[in-house]
Amino acid sequence: MGQHVRNIRIKKRVLPLYPLSVYLLLLLSILLSSGCRNEGNALDKSDSNNSAENSTPAYGDTIIVGSIGEPSVLIPMLAGDSASHEVAGLIFNGLVKYDTDLEIIGDLAESWDISPDGLTITFHLRKGVRWTDGVEFTADDVMFGYKTIIDDKTPTAYKEDFLQVKRAKVLDRYTFRVTYKKPFAPALSSWGNLPVLPEHLLRGKDITKAAFRRKPVGMGPFIFQKWIPGEKIVLRSNHDYFEGRPYIDHYIYRIIPDPSTMFLELRTGGIDLMGLTPVQYKKQTDTEFFRKNFHKFRYPTFAYTYLGFNLKYGLFTNRKIRQAIAYAINKQEIIDIVLFGLGRIATGPYVPNTWPYNPDVKKYKYNPEKAKHLLAEEGWTDTDGDGWLDKDGRRLEFTIITNMGNDSRRKAATIIQWRLKQIGIKVKIRIIEWSAFINEFIDKRQFEACLLGWSIGLDPDQYDIWDSSKTGEKEFNFISFKNSEVDRLLDKGRRTFNIGERKKAYFRIQEILAEEVPYVFLYVPDALPIVSSRFKGIKPAPIGITYNINKWYVPKNLQRDKLIP
Amino acid sequence: MTKFLLKKSVEMLFTLFGITLLSFFIIHLAPGKPTDILTDMNPKVTPEMRERLEKYYGLDKPIVVQYGMWLKRIVRFDFGDSFSTDRRPVWDKIKERIPITLGINVLSMILIFVVAIPIGIYSAVRRYSVFDKVTTVFVFTGFAAPSFWLALLLMILFGVKLHVLPISGITSLDYDALSVWGKIWDVSRHLVLPVFVSAIGGIAGISRYMRSGMLEVIRQDYITTARAKGLPERTVTYRHALRNALLPIITILGLSVPGLIGGSVIFEQIFSIPGMGLLFYMSVMMRDYPVVMGILTIGAILTLAGNMLADISYALVDPRVRKA
Repeated sequence: MGQHVRNIRIKKRVLPLYPLSVYLLLLLSILLSSGCRNEGNALDKSDSNNSAENSTPAYGDTIIVGSIGEPSVLIPMLAGDSASHEVAGLIFNGLVKYDTDLEIIGDLAESWDISPDGLTITFHLRKGVRWTDGVEFTADDVMFGYKTIIDDKTPTAYKEDFLQVKRAKVLDRYTFRVTYKKPFAPALSSWGNLPVLPEHLLRGKDITKAAFRRKPVGMGPFIFQKWIPGEKIVLRSNHDYFEGRPYIDHYIYRIIPDPSTMFLELRTGGIDLMGLTPVQYKKQTDTEFFRKNFHKFRYPTFAYTYLGFNLKYGLFTNRKIRQAIAYAINKQEIIDIVLFGLGRIATGPYVPNTWPYNPDVKKYKYNPEKAKHLLAEEGWTDTDGDGWLDKDGRRLEFTIITNMGNDSRRKAATIIQWRLKQIGIKVKIRIIEWSAFINEFIDKRQFEACLLGWSIGLDPDQYDIWDSSKTGEKEFNFISFKNSEVDRLLDKGRRTFNIGERKKAYFRIQEILAEEVPYVFLYVPDALPIVSSRFKGIKPAPIGITYNINKWYVPKNLQRDKLIP
Repeated sequence: MTKFLLKKSVEMLFTLFGITLLSFFIIHLAPGKPTDILTDMNPKVTPEMRERLEKYYGLDKPIVVQYGMWLKRIVRFDFGDSFSTDRRPVWDKIKERIPITLGINVLSMILIFVVAIPIGIYSAVRRYSVFDKVTTVFVFTGFAAPSFWLALLLMILFGVKLHVLPISGITSLDYDALSVWGKIWDVSRHLVLPVFVSAIGGIAGISRYMRSGMLEVIRQDYITTARAKGLPERTVTYRHALRNALLPIITILGLSVPGLIGGSVIFEQIFSIPGMGLLFYMSVMMRDYPVVMGILTIGAILTLAGNMLADISYALVDPRVRKA
């Protein structure tokens, strides 16, 4: 269902007023979340509840989802925010989607062939799928979508993957073929719901002006019904959905900009699903009322927070100093304090329990003695007895910068500052408003160390972040990491479709990153959605919970639907 | 009077031009661009694409040219299209949000005057009485309490504990199915808390103004004269004192118009009310220049109109101004 293939993106908060809003957005999104935790008490509630189900599915009822942000446009290729993608994902399907175990499977495409040289992908489309206005979905619609996305006049941030296509061709009504200039492994996943548009409704129209943008016609599990700006979007179920009519009749996306208000609405039944903050998850929902009426879920998001070193800055050109800092930071402590324990230690740029994740890299367990030892080897000792390390009359100090409005980053930086002080490194923290932070500091390389996060796509290709050619202004290897072996492996990883080969490349990259410590990978936060317990059929999976929302149902005796739309 | 109005109008036009000019340049001084939301830190965006997007929004032109383009449109009452990905006409976005914001503010204004003026009068007339002391405490508490905090407490009390009022929004989910009276009842229930919360600060302020205005007037000689004539205390208070004490309140009324939009941000946010304040805040955050400019322009027009109204009402109620 509407798996939008998410780009790698720095986690930035659109509305700086809300700490943690990124997490809230992330957890609610259909975007790709990852492996559900099955250890300890993490899934206590939901697991027992879902397995003990004995009620029968029934049609009816409404699910109300709370969101801080309002979607802006419901065409996936034009949308830049996760709220838009979340709603559009229920209206549009893609050619392919991610399965629950993160494998790419067919959606509107029944199957596809990849030529032996990896240059050509031929999609065989499902027959008899109809747009909700009754017209059949065909390869021409895909062609139309592809042409729209590469059109110069279409303002979209997702062009790049499609510009790699050398030739696209409609072979017949149900067959679509694309040929690439070079083999490009992330290509397959780009054929999600981005390039699928109804040609019969949009041909010859200006996509930046069409009413379709806010009144779309798709072929997904839900049909657009009504949008009251600033208030809510109402969808109704698509009875002709090709995977079968969804059980839930209506989906309402309520816009509630204030997190506290949203929580009160949840408490009084005004919404059925929202993302919790760690404190809400741990404390405020830890009552009899919530245990009885709600299910909480918890699984890692596809994101991580890190401390990045500017490798051009004198001090950090020395690998041993970077390693010493890694040893001096207690990651678990940061998770326990900042996220109330609701996260896990990051050891590399991938999320634990996904296929590119290499569990056997150098871990840098908290060890201040070792850190001090490494620093002493490099000549940094406390010669004047003032508590700070020094060398040749210079004190060992640096500044960590991070963006304003992200409370967890500020807290993490403070904890790091405190830990580094204990081994004699003086750290200053500067918190800067987002635009200035990016334009004046990150882009201009005016920083020593930065505390930031990436939210990552499901495809492991991270060429843009680690390749040595990506160190220019506005590019994303802003720490200026250069390693010829990593460059080679990154290229290898994106040029083959063979998962085994790719895995080998990405495993090695993680080993190198762990040895070189360009970032100290800190933590992967958990997504913390909560759902009213009258909804059954929720099957937590590595990609989250909402992927099968069309299979969720409310048993007849629990339905509370008074809504007559 | 006509001459007075004409002169005022011309003055207002120049002021308006000055306001838009200043606003336009100040907005563009803030770091960040509307395209940032699509492009910042998104590795899939190449520099060429960024340039293309900036060109698409006309951001590649010098700022003076951009202002000229904006001005050319605005004199034809065309506010342009929003820079956010929805690309809707700015006027459409503002239009659908004006009624609710104005509605709530008018209601709270009425509430403010209905409550604050009598409080002010009474505590002035019965100065240092128990009533005066109690209201003083109440008023200062109301003034000092942050409205978002007060709103949350009220939501918990009336929504969660007592279940008598809805928490947020302006309509229930079954609104469309309700009868006309049902709809009115539904909206009224939703408006109780927002109107109260947005009025509380005003009640505090206005009642203090009213009290001090009243005290000022009561000390005047003509009040003593009125009393000396043997007029009943009621007539003295309401006919002679009140009329004069109301004059400063008119000024405050005129000045409070810009607050209608600015002050709405907080309660619209906390009560999830889709009004202008929220739109303005979001637009500023996204650097959606056309919407920001649109709201600022409308705000400026409303403020100037408010000042004009205050001037006119002054002229109407105060012969000294009229004759000057």
